[in-house]
Amino acid sequence: MFTMGIDIGSSSSKVVILEDGVNIIAGEVIQIGTGSTGPKRVLDEALSKVGLKLEDMAKIIATGYGRSSVEEAHKQISEISCQAKGVFFLVPSAKLIIDIGGQDVKAIRLDSKGGVKQFFMNDKCAAGTGRFLDVMSRVLEVNLDEMAEYDARATEPATVSSTCTVFAESEVISQLSNGVAKENIIAGVHQSVASKACGLAYRCGVEEDIVMCGGVAKDLGVVRAISKELKKPVIVAPNPQITAALGAAIFAFEEVRGANI
Amino acid sequence: MTDTTNMSAKELLGFYQEELYEEARRAKKEGKLVCWSASVAPSEFCVAMDVAMIYPETHAAGIGARKGALDVLEVADEKGYNLDTCSYARVNLGYMELLKQEALTGKTPEKLEKSPAARIPLPDFVITCNNICNTLLKWYENLAVELNIPCIIIDVPFNHTMPIPQYAKDYIAEQFKEAITQLEEICGRKFDYDKFLKVQEQTQRSVAQWNRIASLSGHKPSPLNGFDLFNYMALIVCARSKDYAEITFKKFADELEENLNKGIFAFKGNEQKRVTWEGIAVWPHLGHTFKGLKNLGDIMTGSAYPGLWNLSYTPGDMSSMAESYTRIYINTCLDNKVKVLSDVISGGKCDGVIYHQNRSCKLMSFLNVETADMLQKENHLPYVSFDGDQTDPRNFSPAQFDTRIQALDEMMKQNKEGVSNE
Ligand code: SF4
Repeated sequence: MFTMGIDIGSSSSKVVILEDGVNIIAGEVIQIGTGSTGPKRVLDEALSKVGLKLEDMAKIIATGYGRSSVEEAHKQISEISCQAKGVFFLVPSAKLIIDIGGQDVKAIRLDSKGGVKQFFMNDKCAAGTGRFLDVMSRVLEVNLDEMAEYDARATEPATVSSTCTVFAESEVISQLSNGVAKENIIAGVHQSVASKACGLAYRCGVEEDIVMCGGVAKDLGVVRAISKELKKPVIVAPNPQITAALGAAIFAFEEVRGANI
Repeated sequence: MTDTTNMSAKELLGFYQEELYEEARRAKKEGKLVCWSASVAPSEFCVAMDVAMIYPETHAAGIGARKGALDVLEVADEKGYNLDTCSYARVNLGYMELLKQEALTGKTPEKLEKSPAARIPLPDFVITCNNICNTLLKWYENLAVELNIPCIIIDVPFNHTMPIPQYAKDYIAEQFKEAITQLEEICGRKFDYDKFLKVQEQTQRSVAQWNRIASLSGHKPSPLNGFDLFNYMALIVCARSKDYAEITFKKFADELEENLNKGIFAFKGNEQKRVTWEGIAVWPHLGHTFKGLKNLGDIMTGSAYPGLWNLSYTPGDMSSMAESYTRIYINTCLDNKVKVLSDVISGGKCDGVIYHQNRSCKLMSFLNVETADMLQKENHLPYVSFDGDQTDPRNFSPAQFDTRIQALDEMMKQNKEGVSNE
């Protein structure tokens, strides 16, 4: 039996196709999100990759910011529950999830069965989100996937405000013009992201294992900064961008089998 | 006179709300006094002196609900009121500015002409009380300065410890006396103590019917949706010292009891989960917040906010009246706030709690983090908080609200089904 999870975020679209609730046969990501052609393209890509059709899916569940606009889905589940489900499947020892996506930062505490015990999200502010990193990468003229390398070479991380993306941007610009090394600024940017996420994590209660997911988890500079702040190791979920889509696909499987969340 | 005998509670609510505004407009035309009052300032004194009353917070909520807030908020912005100031204050100060321009120039500003809210007359004096916040002091002082009119302030100190000490009640009773003296000066006649007693008795009858309605949400399934209380609240604020409130609330409570007996409940279909809503409604997005919960199968059966007007006291006893106006939960310490909310949650048999982090109302928001934490340790119920604002539509994001309440719903479901063992 095949089930599908579709996670439409603010800046990326993800699809997972699951076979019999255990085998991930497709996990596709396109870096544009809700309102774009991303959702349709990622869906087509995932299906054609495994040579299946939409009709072959026993159930489709959508999640993420754009979840209600996915016509193909039979049901919507919040990304909080889906993240928990997906991460717990991949890392059954997970107790705390830190999920940083395009416009959201979340800390999710799991109970011993992988259910959501508590969660906290950022308020109406882009500081500490993927969007924050996008803005910084543009100002610094450093690609997102190079940020971690720069960070690793930092000697003295600069201080970057964690309260407002716009203010932080002008801070970075003035540091650049003052000749502060990009390496140190990037380390400061990462610390700023980490401090937002860790604030939420502390409210949830920090307990190991700590797992990071979401697009920003691919930036190891952020992962290191979080680990340093929490003084605990942080595991990056395998393929961290698709964990919520995976969770949705697992929910779909469980629902078909008659087990509800 | 309109015959109200056969009106439904909903019709009565609409009728009396309009009637109150009409009375104020008529009073102004006839050269009688009009007062603008804070929502939980004692209404008894002015009503005893036949002063027509307008309640800016309720009026601002109405502007917000009718999607007219942005226009007047802009006027307040232009006057220099900071975005962090309570939006009830900004809406009202903006609206007042438009009324003032009209009075000075004889021309109605376009924004006033277009405003969807009921037209209200400018006040001859204002009365305020800091038992719900200190913003109300500066807001009303500004009204008084801008319009060059008297401002009666009733100082009700915060209760850092409970129970309320006698000296606090004595102090507030003295404040009441001082307000009466000021009122005598403004009205140019002696205070009518006989009428005052009758008004106090009326207020108690209104409050009793209000409490009767609120208690009905304890039934499972509930005949009452808490969102209805948000709507009916207009009359406990604006007409508690008149029989309008008593008549309407009695009718509503009777209707709800009848529904209960007939097995008609507020949630059409199957009421699945019950939530407490802590904080003020998001008036410009009331429909969105209501429907969001409804579509998930959730009903709101707990809210401490309408309880602010549970002003029961012994008529004729100033100290008892003083106590009722100071013990409201946002004028008390964290421990008491938590206790009140805990009773609301258990009274409404709720499965989870939603906290409105209201950018306007610091007092009702800043303690939420601690409150939520303390309550969860006690009742183990899931909760979420969302960013919003009662009347500034710019401070609320529907999609963010939806994600949070959907996640809350899923957590409540998980708890109810015992999937989680913690
Ligand atoms: S909403 Fe809050 S800040 Fe505004 S007047 Fe009411 S109590 Fe004061």
